[in-house]
Amino acid sequence: MSAETNRNEWPLWEVFIRSKAGLDHKHAGSLHAADAQMALENARDVYTRRMEGVSIWVVESKHIHASSPDDAEAFFEPANDKIYRHPTFYNLPDEVKYM
Amino acid sequence: MTHLLDYTLQLADNAVIMGQRLGEWCGHAPILEQDIALTNTSLDHIGRARNLYQFAAEQFNAMTAEEKAGCFSSVALYNKATQNAVVDEDDMAFLRDAWDYKNLLLVEQPNNDWAFTVARSFLYDTFNFYLFTALKSSNNATIAAIAEKSLKEVTYHMRWSSEWVIRLGDGTEESHILMQQSLNSLWSYTGEMFTPNAADKAMLEAGAGADLSRVKQQWDERVKAITEEATLTIPANSWMQQGGKDGRHTEHLGFMLADMQFMQRAYPDMEW
Repeated sequence: MSAETNRNEWPLWEVFIRSKAGLDHKHAGSLHAADAQMALENARDVYTRRMEGVSIWVVESKHIHASSPDDAEAFFEPANDKIYRHPTFYNLPDEVKYM
Repeated sequence: MTHLLDYTLQLADNAVIMGQRLGEWCGHAPILEQDIALTNTSLDHIGRARNLYQFAAEQFNAMTAEEKAGCFSSVALYNKATQNAVVDEDDMAFLRDAWDYKNLLLVEQPNNDWAFTVARSFLYDTFNFYLFTALKSSNNATIAAIAEKSLKEVTYHMRWSSEWVIRLGDGTEESHILMQQSLNSLWSYTGEMFTPNAADKAMLEAGAGADLSRVKQQWDERVKAITEEATLTIPANSWMQQGGKDGRHTEHLGFMLADMQFMQRAYPDMEW
């Protein structure tokens, strides 16, 4: 049931949390809220109670476009046999760490 | 009782009673996200109460036996005082009866419905925000430190309840009516916040308290602005209830304490 078909239910939002400065926002989960302001506040209460975050993004779930599982073959399998796309064929000097 | 202890208990009792009331929503809020929001807030209040009760117990333990005996008439705590036993934060919260509680009548009012809970929080959070802003400059180091820590939490509480007042007041016809009715019902409990008792006056005089007339001015401005935005009307009645600070409470507090204190009363000093 979508938010549009049930007017009594608040829309669903996806929540992204940045755990510390410099890192990416990561998907943390979802929640219900009447609008963006409430979604941010709900996200603060639901997902950052244990010091998980320094920044929050919310986006209404309906605005997220997802790939279809039916397309998985065409989308992802062609990458399986193209190991040359990984930068593993270079000889690195010993001095270079963390590659 | 010293003015400092009286004052510390006022702050502590407001915190524990508000925390208890909001905690009653746990498992009952209209949606999961707000259930968590309210219990978070409840725990902020109870955390502040703990700090303040620890401070109160410390002051009490440092008194002479004679001074202690004059502090509380609740039997369990009075007995501890006359035996010169060391008391702790739990004794302060669980062994005082309603007449020894100094919280505002506002915070002991029952939750009723969501609008009523929001209105009560809004009136109290706004007061708390300006009170703790003032107490940050208290010359009592413990009170100033607690105020500074609390202010961050209280800022969020005020944001939460103000948002909800606007949302409901400027919402549907039904939510507007419920919000206005709640404001009307609670209005006569707001005057007490700004009416100084002996402890408030002495603490202000000593540079450790807050100027409640200044707090009232700031509270008035903010409450006016938010209610206007929420398309609500500030009630015209100016007659105000009094008594909480001096231990004269509405009947609601006794029921709350019966709930809160049952375990410590039935199984004294139990641990688990």
